[in-house]
Amino acid sequence: MDYAIQAEGLRKRYGDTEAVAGVDLAVPTGTITGVLGPNGAGKTTTVRMLATLLRPDGGRAEICGFDVVRQAREVRHRIGLTGQYAAVDQKLTGRENLQLIGVLQRLGRRNAKQRAAELLERFDLTEAADRLSGTYSGGMRRRLDLAASLIADPAVLFLDEPTTGLDPVSRLDLWAMIRAEVDRGLTVLLTTQYLEEADQLADRIAVVDKGVVIAGGTPEELKRQVGEERLDVTLAHVTDGLAVANALSRVSSSEPTVSPDGRTVSLTLAGGVLGISTAVSALHDAGVEIVDLAVRRPTLDDVFIALTGNRQVEPTLEKSPA
Amino acid sequence: MNEVLTDWRALVGRHLLHLRRMPDKLISATVLPMVFVVLFGVLFGSAISIPNGDYHEFIMAGIFTQVMITAVPNTAIGMLEDLGNGLVDRFRSLPMSPSAVLVGRTVGDTALRAITCLAMTAVGYAIGWRLQGGILGALAGFGVLLLFGFTMAWLGALLGMRVRSPEAASSLPSVLLMPLMFLSSAYVPLGGLPAWLRAIAEWNPISAVAGACRALWGNPAAAGDSFAARNPIPLALLWLALILLLVVPSAVRRYRTAVAA
Repeated sequence: MDYAIQAEGLRKRYGDTEAVAGVDLAVPTGTITGVLGPNGAGKTTTVRMLATLLRPDGGRAEICGFDVVRQAREVRHRIGLTGQYAAVDQKLTGRENLQLIGVLQRLGRRNAKQRAAELLERFDLTEAADRLSGTYSGGMRRRLDLAASLIADPAVLFLDEPTTGLDPVSRLDLWAMIRAEVDRGLTVLLTTQYLEEADQLADRIAVVDKGVVIAGGTPEELKRQVGEERLDVTLAHVTDGLAVANALSRVSSSEPTVSPDGRTVSLTLAGGVLGISTAVSALHDAGVEIVDLAVRRPTLDDVFIALTGNRQVEPTLEKSPA
Repeated sequence: MNEVLTDWRALVGRHLLHLRRMPDKLISATVLPMVFVVLFGVLFGSAISIPNGDYHEFIMAGIFTQVMITAVPNTAIGMLEDLGNGLVDRFRSLPMSPSAVLVGRTVGDTALRAITCLAMTAVGYAIGWRLQGGILGALAGFGVLLLFGFTMAWLGALLGMRVRSPEAASSLPSVLLMPLMFLSSAYVPLGGLPAWLRAIAEWNPISAVAGACRALWGNPAAAGDSFAARNPIPLALLWLALILLLVVPSAVRRYRTAVAA
């Protein structure tokens, strides 16, 4: 197979902490690989090394066959980078931003102008093209940022948490646009904290933690390990906990768990969402009074519990995309 | 080389667009300096007398150099912002010259300082200051001044990549440069200083720049018959070349590995 991105034993140390402790990656040309992990797992550091912004302390990496350290210039001709912040000049218009990057990508003034117009159209920014990008919404700024990464038709695109801070609608828009680019043959390395984002976009997922890849595979393989949708049942009476767990054990594909306060029973839905009705009638037959039912998709936290048995992720207030 | 020039032109263009886009920046870069001209020229000028001429003739070159120094934090903060919002990351991922981002910013800021000089000159003329060295002398004086501003902009850019917060970017330049400023002939002639202190002040690059402007503009000099006091123009050029030679390469080196705080 032909790999657009290849890394072997990539390392980076900051003082006493090994931010990246030997990462191996191989991304086939024309596919998306999602690097999934919590904050501080080394995702951004890995991307920065692959995008020639940071010199690795050890290991090696090649983009389209060019070494990221020794042939940085060749690599830079072939990559686009969309970082965690929308890296656009807010005091320039959308069009000026794209033209500037185009000229710096050696497209030549006229070509840069033409490419800018094309990309503004493709990313639905034509109307706002001549407004200062500082007046754009978060979603528009991200789209402009993505357009800037694509202006010189790179072979490889790095997306470092591209939808952080976006509202759900803008997030879906951006996902669709990224997918369309991959259909054109682009190779993408995406980092994300959201299992759903990796699931939606990636052909393969690499789960990273503490600077190493701890699991890899297709989204299906990973989800099989993590489990499907979970059902949380909130009870009216705390005393019902065990009875409920017993009643539900036959509709659950794993042992139901009871929360420490005894009010919530959580189970993996056998047969997906259809299992809900089976679960509800089982509860009804057992005479259990329930207050609430919630279907929960697996999160990064669940991935870590499944893979390592540990809760690796700090509980956050941030909502996962849905 | 051609590609490097393309990069430089593109980035300088970026900063010139900024100037047009930010009238508030133009106002803040002109109003306070104009106030300084009035304050020092009229108020202090009427209270202070110097041995060889009018104080308000003398002080203009001092205010000009001061304004070039007080603009250093602006460059530093601008650089820090580019780092913080990911723009520098983007530029560094492009196959472009590593000096272009810095050249764009420092040339852009020097252009802004040229506008500042025009505004100050207008106010200076209104309160009776005159350029008395002919048109060539006047232009040469502003040339030295803007070269000084350019040098300070590079220093600001370097500081902006070294500090971690906007607070540090705005205060550190003053901490570093203000003592130098006061220990120079920018504000007062040096005749009253003890000999050892006077020698330091006379060789101070800021004295050299202010002295070069005074010489080229036909304004009263800071007096003194040391080598430094008698040759401010070559001394100023030498100093600026030396500082640029130190600061430019280290700024470019810093840029290659620059990361946001």
